[in-house]
Amino acid sequence: MMNNKNNFNITFYLLIVPVLIWLIFMIVIPHAELLISSFLVEDDIGDMVFSFGNYIEFFTQKIYWLTFVKTAAYSIGVTVLAFIISFPIAFYLTKVTTKKNAAFLMLLLLIPLWVGELVTVYGWMVLLGDHGVINHFLIWTGIINEPINMLYTNFSMVVGLLYMSMLFMVIPVMSTLQSMDDSLIEAACDLGASKWDIFTKIIIPYSMPGITSGAIIVFMLVIGDYLAPNLLGGKNSLWFTEQIYNDFLQTFNWNEGAAFGFLLLMLSSGIIWLALKLSGQKLDKVGS
Amino acid sequence: MIRSLPSSALYRIGYRVYVFLFFTFLLMPLIAISVLAFNDSNFISLPWNGFTLDWFFSSTDERQGLFSDEELIASIFTSISTGFFVAVMSTLVGTLAALLFEEEQFRLKGLLYFLALAPLVIPGVILGISILLTATAAGNHIENTFGLDIELFRPSYWLVILGQFSFGATYVMLLVSARLKKFDRTLEEAALSLKATRLEAIWHVTIPFLRPAIIGAFVVAFILSFSNINTTIFLIGSDPTLPIDLYSRIRFSSTPVLNAVSFLIVLTISGLAIINFFANRSNK
Repeated sequence: MMNNKNNFNITFYLLIVPVLIWLIFMIVIPHAELLISSFLVEDDIGDMVFSFGNYIEFFTQKIYWLTFVKTAAYSIGVTVLAFIISFPIAFYLTKVTTKKNAAFLMLLLLIPLWVGELVTVYGWMVLLGDHGVINHFLIWTGIINEPINMLYTNFSMVVGLLYMSMLFMVIPVMSTLQSMDDSLIEAACDLGASKWDIFTKIIIPYSMPGITSGAIIVFMLVIGDYLAPNLLGGKNSLWFTEQIYNDFLQTFNWNEGAAFGFLLLMLSSGIIWLALKLSGQKLDKVGS
Repeated sequence: MIRSLPSSALYRIGYRVYVFLFFTFLLMPLIAISVLAFNDSNFISLPWNGFTLDWFFSSTDERQGLFSDEELIASIFTSISTGFFVAVMSTLVGTLAALLFEEEQFRLKGLLYFLALAPLVIPGVILGISILLTATAAGNHIENTFGLDIELFRPSYWLVILGQFSFGATYVMLLVSARLKKFDRTLEEAALSLKATRLEAIWHVTIPFLRPAIIGAFVVAFILSFSNINTTIFLIGSDPTLPIDLYSRIRFSSTPVLNAVSFLIVLTISGLAIINFFANRSNK
């Protein structure tokens, strides 16, 4: 019996030690280091000293906090748009079309996801440019005479952000809708409810857990994105992640970059925490 | 409205048009880049000048095709080997984490589980900069104390692998956990009552049951690594991965060779997706 108990312990340590190494060295220590670095500035003789300077810089320079607020507002906007666009698709795939069609359409849905963001952002550059495919097509058909300026604007940036994030709304909503009993909808229909009522009073409340998971993932991906604002956005569509990239890779002001990174982390986890509280969900449901 | 209910023709047609437009939107960028990879032109735009394979095979100064571009080929190999190591490490630790959180009870379990899920909601940029800051601090400390310069602590090939592993393990854990939840625990108990040790029970009973999920998770970790840019860009050393190389080309020197590479990526992914589709169907 004693031997058996030892065995259990060995297994337990075999499982927990690698996991602890991963979590402590790759998650806990780096984020502690991020926080510490954000409070350091270089003094006159080149030593690093404790200071709130990086954070004061953020609040006193208008461009920084304005970009921060704009990034947050756009991210919320894109999340709402992603919901509006994706919900009918998730509903179509689970409840309207045949299972066979749905399986094929799911395949199409997953390809852009796995191809990766860089390739798809590049695809949008090719489509939206002044000499791009869409302008070429519109001129060729005679709808317009001069190319419309679409690339390097807030419009193209939002298209790119929506494109790379909306699939993460479709998938969790589909998984909640799959468990929904069709007879709920049939009953409402028999009792004379309109389509709008059925959608807003039955289907959407039922799929709320999926919508929350989707919204959290979409929001996190959008607020932390770099490629779409950088390659598709214009001079006026500065994204907060771009400030962090500049600090790290161009001006080499790592401590300010750390402070900005920490602020971004606080913002994204704050909004996600709020969304979880409001919907009464737990984080582990988001993952599944 | 749903399969079993009648609805007006206008509603049905409207809905179908919407779905059609959605999928057009979804596939348009992929089709555009793929088609333009074969356009006989030095610019990435229409008009269509005829079909060519120059952007794959040519090696003139004016047109350097994908297969004669040594830099590009090198970055593809860097990405493949990076993806392989990331997938191996993530699969190993992620599977252990799934077994740990599903089957063991211990103190601070909730906290550790929360940390293991954290990479899902931490933007990739933040993971990248915090790992860069930590590695640099550790590297400086070791250099000052022992006079050793260790490559791992500078932006390098191995630091990229560590950085991508930090979130890869989370996705593997979730995928393996999902299958582990369907596992009939009495099988493991049966093995234990037949005098197997706990380790033997896991190895001979649980792991074979998990095998499809583990293989799937390995592929997912590989693809996540292969397409990652947000975390990687901070940790990259002298040999760029494919997305980093493509990114700097898009910004500074676009030629249709970018379309050729993108086309191959689209082709590979579509191939994998179709194989997966038919494999799933024959399982059912």
